[in-house]
Amino acid sequence: MNEIRYVWQWPVRICHWLNVLSMIMLAITGFFIGRPFMTAPDTSMYIMGWMRMLHFSFAYLFTVSVVARIIWMFIGNEYSSWKAFFPWLTKDGRVAFVQMLRYYTFTGKKLPYAVGHNPVAATAYFGIFILFIFQIVSGFAIYGQYAPGGFWDGILGGLNVLVGNQWLRLLHHGVMWLLVGFVINHIYSGWLMDVKERNGTMSGIFSGYRFIKSKDL
Amino acid sequence: MKTDLDIVSPPIPEEILQRVEAKGINRRDFIKFCTATTAALALPVSFIPTVAQAVEDKRPPVIWVEYQSCSGDSEAFLRANQPTAGEIILDLLSIEYAEVLMAAAGHQAEEAKHQAMEKYKGQYILIVEGSIPTGAGGGYCTIGGHSAVDDCKKLVQNAAATICVGSCSSFGGIPAAAPNPTSAVSVSSLVPGAAIVNLPGCPVNADNLTATIVHFLTFGKLPAVDRLGRPKFAYGKRIHDNCERRGHFDAGQYAEAFGDVAHRQGHCLYKLGCKGPETFHNCPTIRYNEGTSWPVMAGHGCIGCAEPGFWDTMSPFYRRLPKVPGFGIEDTADKIGIGLAAATAVAFGIHGVASCFRKGGSMEEDKTGKEAN
Ligand code: HEM
Ligand code: SF4
Ligand code: SF4
Repeated sequence: MNEIRYVWQWPVRICHWLNVLSMIMLAITGFFIGRPFMTAPDTSMYIMGWMRMLHFSFAYLFTVSVVARIIWMFIGNEYSSWKAFFPWLTKDGRVAFVQMLRYYTFTGKKLPYAVGHNPVAATAYFGIFILFIFQIVSGFAIYGQYAPGGFWDGILGGLNVLVGNQWLRLLHHGVMWLLVGFVINHIYSGWLMDVKERNGTMSGIFSGYRFIKSKDL
Repeated sequence: MKTDLDIVSPPIPEEILQRVEAKGINRRDFIKFCTATTAALALPVSFIPTVAQAVEDKRPPVIWVEYQSCSGDSEAFLRANQPTAGEIILDLLSIEYAEVLMAAAGHQAEEAKHQAMEKYKGQYILIVEGSIPTGAGGGYCTIGGHSAVDDCKKLVQNAAATICVGSCSSFGGIPAAAPNPTSAVSVSSLVPGAAIVNLPGCPVNADNLTATIVHFLTFGKLPAVDRLGRPKFAYGKRIHDNCERRGHFDAGQYAEAFGDVAHRQGHCLYKLGCKGPETFHNCPTIRYNEGTSWPVMAGHGCIGCAEPGFWDTMSPFYRRLPKVPGFGIEDTADKIGIGLAAATAVAFGIHGVASCFRKGGSMEEDKTGKEAN
């Protein structure tokens, strides 16, 4: 018998899709800021101005979404809890982790059954959250340079001295590519699990429901 | 800087002007000097008489030393001709020791320096040009048998205030650039905690040096500084935010090569590697050589000379971002990134095809199990 279980609560889904939207916008506008690939035919245009405006607007949206998701890690259900991102803290988690890795590398046949995140994915998401926070922190640190002594410069400006503003920019730029690599991986893995587990991996992030085979629990 | 001000400012008292004239300084030049310096310090015009008074009154002893330097800052200062600022300040300061200026040489000069230090202990202004090599026990730079390390420490500790001119004394500059063969350091890392102000730039803008000295004379203390010890009046704004080409930046008009149409029309130099977005300095407003021009105005991007470690972090000078460590000089962050993204896509593509053909995954059993139900 298949059981239909509510796994991804609405804040998790909303944050997920806000992240998708803002990451697409941030990557496009960020890439343009780094390498303006369009040249304005005359001075009355405002191409870079708009790109930066969008980058900063979506930066705020992205920040709110990431922070909200982190707060939800402490009030949401067990699948969205912060504990879900550290599968290797429990014995079962470690076993499932190795099993999953072996499945991915074609050295094992059995899929561990996960209601929420699969253990390898969960570990990757932990890394992704670190990258998100890095983008937010480095982004606001270089953003703050327009107003020395202002709010963002006040709380993050020290990083420009500690790391160096050029290195921060290079890292901010480089992490964009890491995130692009992650998105490719993420969509692929989502598809693979949807096909192989047949438990609603893909539709779950739209609806919140996944299909759980009770004998696997 | 042009100083044809119409703003009514309180007059400089006549007796001060007379005393200045007695020293052989043109009164008009003196008024212009005081006005321009007050403006450079971002002080209101009502401060002009105070500044005039301070500058005329005190004749502070100054010791100007050079370590690992190219004398570019001395040159910049001597060439300063904003109402002959150099001249005025030279008349108003009592320069006790300055290698580029003084007539004395050898042990005689060193003796003069030592005596000045003893005589004006705690009163003199120390100006340092060049970085200090700490390698080889300080042996890479010695003056009259003393290492720069010992000389600098002693002078800083006995000074009323120390002004570091140029990027080398402020941040280590070019001598400290990788691989820093002499283990060169800045004055503030050699003598942490001392009263030091940094005026980086390659070279220092003489107007900023003059203004810093005048601030010290007027208020008896060094000006307010940012996190890197640079006075806020001169380094408080980013080049990019005061740049006359900013309109073209926001519009999206960029020169792609030196001499192309966009470059000739004065478009933004961002794509030619301008570091204005990462550099704090008042070049666009104060400019150089009597306010004549500054690098971006002349058609060359800023190379970020006023930032720490600029030789390493701001290069390649004609690219916006630094070279990715560990990769070749032609590999930009984007090239590496596109390579990474493509490799990921290919790897997962292959994985996907292989997965489609794989047999006997646990879910396959599921499927047969369900059909049996
Ligand atoms: C998924 C997240 C993000 C991505 C992929 C991203 C991407 C980028 C890229 C590629 C650049 C160009 C860097 C360069 O070559 O100089 C850039 C610039 C920038 N980003 Fe982001 N960014 C993200 C998030 C943020 C956030 C949260 C902020 C916070 C305010 C931010 C602020 C900035 C700023 C200030 C710049 C420099 C703009 C300028 O100098 O005009 N970014 N971003
Ligand atoms: S020329 Fe340089 S400082 Fe001026 S707007 Fe362009 S990037 Fe900014
Ligand atoms: S424009 Fe940039 S490189 Fe040129 S002097 Fe000013 S800070 Fe230095």
